[in-house]
Amino acid sequence: MLEGIMIGLGTAFSLTNLLMVIGGCLIGTFIGMLPGLGPMSIIAIMIPVAISIGDPSAALILLAGVYYGAIFGGSTSSILINAPGVASTVATSFDGYPLARQGKAGKALTVAAIASFSGGTIGAILLMIFAPALASVALLFHSAEYFALMVVGLSAIAAFAGSGQVGKALLMTLLGLIMATVGEGALFNMPRFTMGVMDLQSGFGFITLAMAMFALPEAMYLVLDPSRSNTEGGSNEIKDLRITREEARAITPVIGRQSIQGFLIGVLPGAGATIASFLGYAVERNIASKEEQEQFGKGSVKGLAAPESANNAACTGSFVPLLTLGIPGSGTTAILLGALIALNVSPGPRLMVDEPQIFWAVIISMYLGNLILLILNLPLIPYIAKVLAVPRNYLIPFILFFTLMGAYIGQNNATELLILVGLGICATVLRFADYPLAPLLIGFILGSMLENNFARSMQLYDGLGFILERPMTVGLLGLAVILVVLPSYRARRARLRAKGVADAD
Amino acid sequence: MALDRWIALVILMICLAYGYAAFFTMDAGLPPFMKHNPIWPSTFPKVLSVMAILAALFILLGFEKGADEPKPMDINYRRLTDYNLGQALMLLGLMVAYALLLRPAGFLPSTVGFLVLGAVALGERKLHILLPVAAAAAGLVWYLVQEVLGIFLSPWPAFFMNGG
Repeated sequence: MLEGIMIGLGTAFSLTNLLMVIGGCLIGTFIGMLPGLGPMSIIAIMIPVAISIGDPSAALILLAGVYYGAIFGGSTSSILINAPGVASTVATSFDGYPLARQGKAGKALTVAAIASFSGGTIGAILLMIFAPALASVALLFHSAEYFALMVVGLSAIAAFAGSGQVGKALLMTLLGLIMATVGEGALFNMPRFTMGVMDLQSGFGFITLAMAMFALPEAMYLVLDPSRSNTEGGSNEIKDLRITREEARAITPVIGRQSIQGFLIGVLPGAGATIASFLGYAVERNIASKEEQEQFGKGSVKGLAAPESANNAACTGSFVPLLTLGIPGSGTTAILLGALIALNVSPGPRLMVDEPQIFWAVIISMYLGNLILLILNLPLIPYIAKVLAVPRNYLIPFILFFTLMGAYIGQNNATELLILVGLGICATVLRFADYPLAPLLIGFILGSMLENNFARSMQLYDGLGFILERPMTVGLLGLAVILVVLPSYRARRARLRAKGVADAD
Repeated sequence: MALDRWIALVILMICLAYGYAAFFTMDAGLPPFMKHNPIWPSTFPKVLSVMAILAALFILLGFEKGADEPKPMDINYRRLTDYNLGQALMLLGLMVAYALLLRPAGFLPSTVGFLVLGAVALGERKLHILLPVAAAAAGLVWYLVQEVLGIFLSPWPAFFMNGG
């Protein structure tokens, strides 16, 4: 492990990679601050750039920097103008915005920056401990277990991602898997479901799909509903960044607890920074004393520190399944996985053994990134906040243009742009009807891996026998079924019971 | 019928077509030596199509109750005309035009055109600021893509270039 850390230090401190961390954090902070643009869109837009860098460690460091930079930046717009740029910073606005309205915007930003920094750093330490341990266990897995593990991951995402509507999330996952079978796979050397269209020969482009699922609908939502990018009414005076000794004492235990809790939630597939931040807020409110509970929602520093440390720690935690199992737990890490595959790196337990420089450099770069974000955010925040004033008339055409450019650079093909617009319209309509889009992309990215592992197990055991002969596979598949069935069963029972009560009246 | 069930119906149609292809047409072209394999190219699609059809039916038949009240951050599609639908459609049209014109008209003219018309569609009228910003952005992106990333993008209309 020590050897790995040394390699990681060497790689992370090379000039290119240092520039990647700084650049990634800056871009992430700036764009994450723009209301209405989430980390997934930013990362989707950044992918063509990252891929053309060519060096997988540099690319992953850049994208990871963009990711936590965006989470960090999102908190700024939540606090200053009550317009969270990112779902995971919605909870930040509960107490951050009241603080800003009381003229304590500087203090709120400081608390957020310190909480984010601590959450991210504690998360990185835990990642350093957890990831190698999990990877060494995962090395014992065979393709049958991998197949089962991916099924569990996909079901967990379906169960948790779609605001309680498991059926919709499941359908989206399956649709993603179906889309992954289009084109010529490595497995069979024959084109499938191309309907004779030449442009589908190589399948759907992953960047195109990522853009169409996230960046385009988000831009369309901004166009349709101007209030989403409303930047009016913010207090732009940021002064007095200091916090008192009492406040520091109050938030320290909160940060400690929420960093660990947030990290653990981030590791779970399907749960992510958003759930971690809301849960962190709720837990801290429940365990606070009576007087402090009164303060929550009216500008409590504890209520601000809790979601901020939790979402950053969760963001780091979500790298655990990505780096050790090669299974993304969220839309964002799914996009990162796609980028890695495009760079010919296959994440999984072998990553730590085969390419330790990537594995460790990413972890080391997280420490650096958090430090850079702290330095970047504390003194520079009044100036950075000026970004919030970019007029929407300029912002939206540029977002759309970058979406188009990303798809074009990825495939070098103008037809791809038409596919992008078509899929983007479909995605926007799906979003109208509350269909979650992240499961579709995750299914698409995991699709070929899932099929490969399924095929390999089928060949090894000459049929479906592998399911019964390997106890762990049965166990995991059983877990997957429970994950999907349980929530809808419970919701149904609750509804029936509610109906029964209503009828009796 | 609510929008989500209409969508489920459309997805169901797609899955039925996909399933039909997987079950009835794909195996015909299978080379004989592969028939002894436990897994065929159509095996996984068959499983997927059955599961997806079941999931689509589950929603179509209304077993899943939708969220009763629209979330505050969401757009209510039933009142779509209350939003800036015209602007959204115009921008989508511009994107299609951009896709079709990128090769023949060249990167710089089509990009400047897209950025300017997009902003104008959104209500921007200060052309003396907009035009230089769009031109500078198009030039910068072209330089980055062409020179830094090394991906060829023809900058001018085809008839400007020699043999373009």
